[in-house]
Amino acid sequence: MWYHKPVINEDMLQSLPNLKIVASSGVGIDHLDLNLLSSYGVKASNTPFVVSTDTADLGMALMLASSRRLVEGYQMAVSCDTEYFPADWLGTEVSGATLGIVGMGTIGYKVAERAKGFEMKILYHNRNRRNKEEESAVGAIYCKKIDDLLQQSDFVLLSVNLTPETHKLIGKRELELMKPTATLINISRGLVVDQDALVEALQNKVIKAAALDVTYPEPLPRDHPLLKLKNVIITPHIGSATKKTRRLMMENMTESIQAGLTGLPVPNEVL
Amino acid sequence: MSKKVQAIYLWWHKSVIDQELLQSLPNLKVIANSGVGMDHLDLKLVASFGVKVANAPCDVSGSTADTEVALLLASARRLVEGYHVAISSGMEYCEADFLGVEVTGATLRINGMGSIGYKIALRAKAFEMNILYHNRTWRKEQEEQAVGATYCKKIDSLLQKADFVMVVVSLTPLTDELIGKREMELMKPAATLINISGGTIQNCPATALQTGVIRAAALEVTYPEPLPRLPSLLITLLKLENIIITPHLSIKTGKATYMITEEAAENILAALNGLPIPSEVLPS
Repeated sequence: MWYHKPVINEDMLQSLPNLKIVASSGVGIDHLDLNLLSSYGVKASNTPFVVSTDTADLGMALMLASSRRLVEGYQMAVSCDTEYFPADWLGTEVSGATLGIVGMGTIGYKVAERAKGFEMKILYHNRNRRNKEEESAVGAIYCKKIDDLLQQSDFVLLSVNLTPETHKLIGKRELELMKPTATLINISRGLVVDQDALVEALQNKVIKAAALDVTYPEPLPRDHPLLKLKNVIITPHIGSATKKTRRLMMENMTESIQAGLTGLPVPNEVL
Repeated sequence: MSKKVQAIYLWWHKSVIDQELLQSLPNLKVIANSGVGMDHLDLKLVASFGVKVANAPCDVSGSTADTEVALLLASARRLVEGYHVAISSGMEYCEADFLGVEVTGATLRINGMGSIGYKIALRAKAFEMNILYHNRTWRKEQEEQAVGATYCKKIDSLLQKADFVMVVVSLTPLTDELIGKREMELMKPAATLINISGGTIQNCPATALQTGVIRAAALEVTYPEPLPRLPSLLITLLKLENIIITPHLSIKTGKATYMITEEAAENILAALNGLPIPSEVLPS
């Protein structure tokens, strides 16, 4: 299963009586009804760790591109109408700025490791606090309340799983807590953000900018306001899109399938 | 009016300082340049008019290093292309086909390990990149170890092993066209070239990109800036999908611009008061 296709529903499961395993690409499994699968005796697997570094790299790429207005700059450089580059056309610093990471799992932690190289101040919010060694290795400060993180961060990066608890985690209230100079970066799932509230916040300059690798739905309808905002960078869910990683994902999935078909313990099984 | 002008704050390459201008400003005492690069100024000509010159080598190396890593990441992950796909009015794209190359664990070769090159190495290390560098001189062992960098005496050596080649030198006659056709052909076909130095270092990147000699390029500056809107250039360089060109973003932040301007102002005030100029540049 790639990019959540085909859709696994009751009809599909009934039509495939000998289906033993669904191997899903990537780490997110929010698109799978695990109880339904289990009721048909079908196992499920994902590819959790192999996607982590590429996704963290993309999170950094989006943060840097957004802060330095890279896409706008490119458009200016290649436009037929450009005669000179205006002196007052400016971006903002990443080095030394404050990054708030919401969701400090494998991906979130790798983002923190990379951000440390830029001398960023790192705050994080997570269901559970990381241990002291892990925190001090990246200089990360725990924020028990997400509000504290939102109020202090220049960049807020979302790297949580999508669960009922994280659905619309960032809504109107959270966006209003953020600094008006802050940027929201989402590399988790579109539904973690209240998208309508985000559009409004960007239009009304409640926050400065957003950089999104994920939206809901994917792709967005072609007339969606997010596609037209100058202060938004959107990429087509390419967090794990490198040749090497895709190959590794495929290898993982093949292993899971082979194990599932031969009745052996399934690597990366999701229960 | 022209008799009143005693100082010029040169914001990038404007205004052009030539014989005519210098002759028209008899009371000019100092030209303060924004930034550190001086290749656009004829220092001997300016000195012949008794005018002092200063640059602003203030520490915007962090800001510049950030831009270069931004370009490296954007190019590797095809961020600009991805953006255009995501917002395009058509629905033609197939997600499974859209692949970039890995940054974590890749080999970065840095040509030029001054303060900017070193800060780039610090950032690249956080991405677990393997760092090779070439510089006029070796860095100290502790400095090398801190970023896990390996020195390469010859420019050619290990061009073949690098996934990313980044050029970070100040433009001088020695470095003009440092990366030309020959060097690009030595690079891996899967490699990316990132140039953040004076724009003339590029030589025919269009051909190399079109024919797949190298995978992609990201150019921070081009000479002249912006690229002239000539039909032939428009068709080639500017339309290539595997090139990102940015308008000298490296110092375009509020903080960096402020620091540069503050330093230039210090230089101007010193010159006008007959005091030693903090960052005076003499013709070599």
